[in-house]
Amino acid sequence: MSVLVFVEAINNQYKKAAFEAVCYGAKVAEMTQGDCVVVTNGSADVAGELGKYGANKVLSFQSDNMHDTAFVTQAIAKAYEQCGAKQLVLCDNSRGKSIAGRLAIKLGAGVVTGAESLPSTDGGMTVQRGVFSGKALATYAYSSDNNIISISRNATPIVESGSAVTAESLDISGISAATQLVEVKRVEGTIPLPEAELVVSAGRGMKGPENWGIIDDLADVIGATTACSRPVSDTGWRPHHEHVGQTGIAIKPNLYIAIGISGAIQHLAGVNSSKTIVVINKDPEAPFFKAADYGVVGDLFDVVPRLTESIKKFKSA
Amino acid sequence: MNLLVCISKTPETTSKIGFTDNNTTFATDGVQYIMNPYDEWYALVKALEVKEALGGTVTVINVGPAANDVIIRKALAIGADEAVRVDAEPKSAVFVAQQIAAYAKDKAYDMILTGKETIDYSGGLVGGMVAELMGTPFMSFVSNLDVADGKVTATCDIEGGVEVISASLPVVVSASKGLAEQRIPNMRGIMMAKRKPLNVVEAQSADDHVSIKGYTLPAEKSGVKLVDAENMDELVRLLHEEAKAL
Ligand SMILES: Cc1cc2nc3c(=O)[nH]c(=O)nc-3n(C[C@H](O)[C@H](O)[C@H](O)COP(=O)(O)OP(=O)(O)OC[C@H]3O[C@@H](n4cnc5c(N)ncnc54)[C@H](O)[C@@H]3O)c2cc1C
Repeated sequence: MSVLVFVEAINNQYKKAAFEAVCYGAKVAEMTQGDCVVVTNGSADVAGELGKYGANKVLSFQSDNMHDTAFVTQAIAKAYEQCGAKQLVLCDNSRGKSIAGRLAIKLGAGVVTGAESLPSTDGGMTVQRGVFSGKALATYAYSSDNNIISISRNATPIVESGSAVTAESLDISGISAATQLVEVKRVEGTIPLPEAELVVSAGRGMKGPENWGIIDDLADVIGATTACSRPVSDTGWRPHHEHVGQTGIAIKPNLYIAIGISGAIQHLAGVNSSKTIVVINKDPEAPFFKAADYGVVGDLFDVVPRLTESIKKFKSA
Repeated sequence: MNLLVCISKTPETTSKIGFTDNNTTFATDGVQYIMNPYDEWYALVKALEVKEALGGTVTVINVGPAANDVIIRKALAIGADEAVRVDAEPKSAVFVAQQIAAYAKDKAYDMILTGKETIDYSGGLVGGMVAELMGTPFMSFVSNLDVADGKVTATCDIEGGVEVISASLPVVVSASKGLAEQRIPNMRGIMMAKRKPLNVVEAQSADDHVSIKGYTLPAEKSGVKLVDAENMDELVRLLHEEAKAL
């Protein structure tokens, strides 16, 4: 019984999430004594490298239709049938989330999105994921013959356990798209918020958009991505894609530095899975301190530039 | 334009999250419910905007028990023309999607809208499932949408950017932030909502495929370590040596 993993190459390159998904698939294959097969749009040479992360076989196809959920669903379904898989692993990123529901219907499969760790297979398959904005973990049990798991970042460590394989090509002739791609716009140079390990985030305590220079300076010295609280994006001080929280993007970076943010429950809901949280706030009673690992009580307009200087000193030492 | 908006109910965002029956059941005692923000703020309001521009009707659909009528009436107060409630406990995404698709099948909706996810279980699955069941395109995480001459152009949020895609109607769309501006129901809307039709229909049988066996609460933080505001070198040292974050 095979485990099929779908990973997308963007500009013929893989991101960390793709390697995690292949490692995850290889682990599930090991548990269920099957093969780990990867289906991907990467070119044969790039895709074959996925063997290093535990893929026994790689099926690759080339297409300009990766934006089309129906197209991608059918391509994956074809590979799934071809290799006789019973399990499908996806990344819980925008692409994975867009196709998971379609695939569940197409394959008649049970689906759990955002799995936090490897499944357990004793007495049927179960997997854990965060619910109620990270305030609890739920254990889901599958009762279907076909299962889909989309995995959250850090669901499994990346290990190189194999060696490159020769990618075979997947025949996708006859599969068409129902939507047309007009354009793709990507912000160059910065790491997208959902993938960032280091995040510097600021709230209404900043007083106005003109003061963001100190936030950018701090983010620049550590190579962090910037984020903000909801009122900050609602009032147009910062763009919507920086809004983190229960009704924004949920993130779990290695380090989250919150500056002039009170720590309302809806804000915490989207950031409380961060590994280390630093809070800078002039109000010692700010609720955020209860969720923080390190806290600095002080005026952000003094503290933030000082922190930036200290980091510069540390980096050059 | 015939528009169908899928709305769901979620615990109010400040609700205390706890469990009963040996951590197998969400403790609903004292929990207040709201319409899922992505459904209310973006999917519903965008549907109203499209109707205001091009004419037509906006129907809201909810799969749930009679207690959900409160949030359905709120959707009517915000401006939906009519509502449908499929009378069943919504236990899984696939069950909900099957009910919505069964209802929509012979009604020729031009567009079905959902929120990008609910803020309680955050599965984000219903929209894609409905699209597959209906055999229509699915545009997900949409933060901007134009409809003209039977064609939809959508800006879909992806990591660090957007993909702009277009398709002919009908389509299924999942809404993310930016698609519309939240509307607060006014007195007139609330009065009118009482007289708008709310049809209750029976559920179809459908498999759940997955079920929740139990819940665990994450470990509590051990407490904050305060660092003197004058001594940022110390914070850097802690972040490097202790937290290994720098
Ligand atoms: C349904 C719903 C969903 C929501 N979803 C989200 C969400 O997804 N994300 C989100 O962020 N919010 C969300 N909110 C809003 C949330 O409740 C808070 O209102 C919001 O997070 C507050 O933003 P803030 O911390 O930037 O501002 P404030 O609460 O105004 O806090 C500003 C903080 O800055 C501090 N400060 C001021 N000046 C200085 C200074 N000079 N130096 C240092 N500190 C200073 C103050 O002490 C204060 O703690 C939601 C609300 C609702 C009702």
